[in-house]
Amino acid sequence: MCLGIPGKVIELYKTNGMQMARIDFGGVIKEACMEYLPDVKVGDYTIIHVGFGLSILDEKEALETMDLLKQIDALGSEEGTAV
Amino acid sequence: MKYVEEYRDADLTGKLLSDLRRAVTQPWTLMEVCGGQTHSIIKSGLDEMLPQEITLIHGPGCPVCVTPLELVDKAIALAMRPEVIFTSYGDMLRVPGSERDLFAVRAAGGDVRIVYSPLDALKIAKDNPKKIVVFFAIGFETTAPANAMAVVQAKAQNIQNFAVLVSHVTVPAAIRALMESPDVRVDGFLAAGHVCTVMGYWEYEPLAAQYRIPIVVTGFEPVDLLHGILMCVQELEAGRQEVRNAYARSVTREGNRPAQAVIQRVFEICDRAWRGIGVIPQSGYRLRPEFALYDAEQRFPDVQAIETRESPLCISGLVLQGIKKPVECKAFGKECTPERPLGATMVSSEGACAAYYRYGRLAAKGKS
Repeated sequence: MCLGIPGKVIELYKTNGMQMARIDFGGVIKEACMEYLPDVKVGDYTIIHVGFGLSILDEKEALETMDLLKQIDALGSEEGTAV
Repeated sequence: MKYVEEYRDADLTGKLLSDLRRAVTQPWTLMEVCGGQTHSIIKSGLDEMLPQEITLIHGPGCPVCVTPLELVDKAIALAMRPEVIFTSYGDMLRVPGSERDLFAVRAAGGDVRIVYSPLDALKIAKDNPKKIVVFFAIGFETTAPANAMAVVQAKAQNIQNFAVLVSHVTVPAAIRALMESPDVRVDGFLAAGHVCTVMGYWEYEPLAAQYRIPIVVTGFEPVDLLHGILMCVQELEAGRQEVRNAYARSVTREGNRPAQAVIQRVFEICDRAWRGIGVIPQSGYRLRPEFALYDAEQRFPDVQAIETRESPLCISGLVLQGIKKPVECKAFGKECTPERPLGATMVSSEGACAAYYRYGRLAAKGKS
C-alpha cells in the first residue's frame, strides 16, 4: 500500500472541482488526483499512492544522489585496490 | 522507466555493497519500518548479500497486518448487511477475521468490492444512491491524504450515503512504542520513504535525540535501500544519532504541506489498537466530530462490541515488532500459508511472513 509508483503527468484537468491528471506509468495510463500538488505541470514525474499524487520527483536531487553514490564508489574502489 | 531502472542497477548495487563492507566494523541491528521495504529487501535478496555484521529486522509498517481484529470483524459485520456496499483495498479481503474473511462474505452474497482509490468508493456511492457505501479506510500516513480527501469530497458534493471505517495509524508512535519495549533491540531505523513524502521527517528529530538512535529516510528500490543502510551504518560507526534523508528525490524535511493540512482538517489523533501489539497511545487518527456523518462506526452503532478470537498458533505480533522472524513460527509454511493464512502478516503484500514465503526464505539460517 505504501509502494508508490512514479509516473509521468501527461494531461491536467478538473473533475468536480478537483485537480485531476492522466498519468503514464511506462505505457499504462491511469487517472490520479493532483489536489496535493498545486504546482504540478505536464511532464513532471510524480509518486502516486492510491490514486493521489504526493510528490513531484526532484530531478536535481535525483541526479545529485546518483553522482554522490557513484563517487562514494570511486573512492571506495581506490581504497579497495590499496588494501 | 525513469526513476525506477537506475535504482535497480546491479553494478551500482554491487558497488554500494562493497562500500558497506568497508564501512562496517561491528554488529548492528537495523529495522526497516515499512512492509513495502521488507518485500523489496527479500525479493531482491539484499538480506542475503549484506555484510555478516548487519542484521535487518522487519517492523510493523504493514497497514493490513496491524489493523486490529475487532475492526476486521466490524468490517465483516458491515459487509454482511444488505443495505451496504463494502469497499476496500484488495489486501484486506483475505485477512482472517474471528470467523471468516471478507471474501467469504462476498461468496455468501455480500456486496464487497475492491477499489484502487477511495475516490472510486465515492463514485460507487454516487452511482448507488439507495445503498450505503462503506470504505475501509486503513493505512499509515501515506493513505491518510487520500482517505481524508474522499471524506472532504463526500461533504463538498453532499454525498450522504458514504461512510468510512477508519483504522489509521502513524509511524512515529510505532517507533516510540518499539523503543520503549524491553524486548526490542534496534540500533537504527530506516524510516518509510513514502510516509515521509507526506509527513516530512521533522517529527523524527525529537525521537532520534530522545532515544539516541539514527533514523534514515529510505526509498524502496535496492539502490535506495542500500543507500539508506549505508547512511545508517555510517551514523552508527561514527557514534552519531541524526535523522538523515537517503530519499531526497521524493522527501523534504517539511513534507507535503497541503496533504498534512487536509489530514489535520479531517482527522484527530487518538489511541489505536495494533493487531498483535496492543493499544499504543496517540498512535492513530479518527474522524473529527464535524465529519461524524461519514463515520461508519457512528452510523451503525449496533456494530460495536464484537468478541474476537485470534488463532492461538499465530505469532504475528512478535513478527511485527521484529522480535521473531517469520521462519521462527512453528506454523509458518505448515498450518499457515498465503492460501490459508492464520494471521495478517501472511496475507498482505507488505507482510513479512508473506515475503518470506513468496521468496523462498523457508527455513531459519545462521544469518538472516
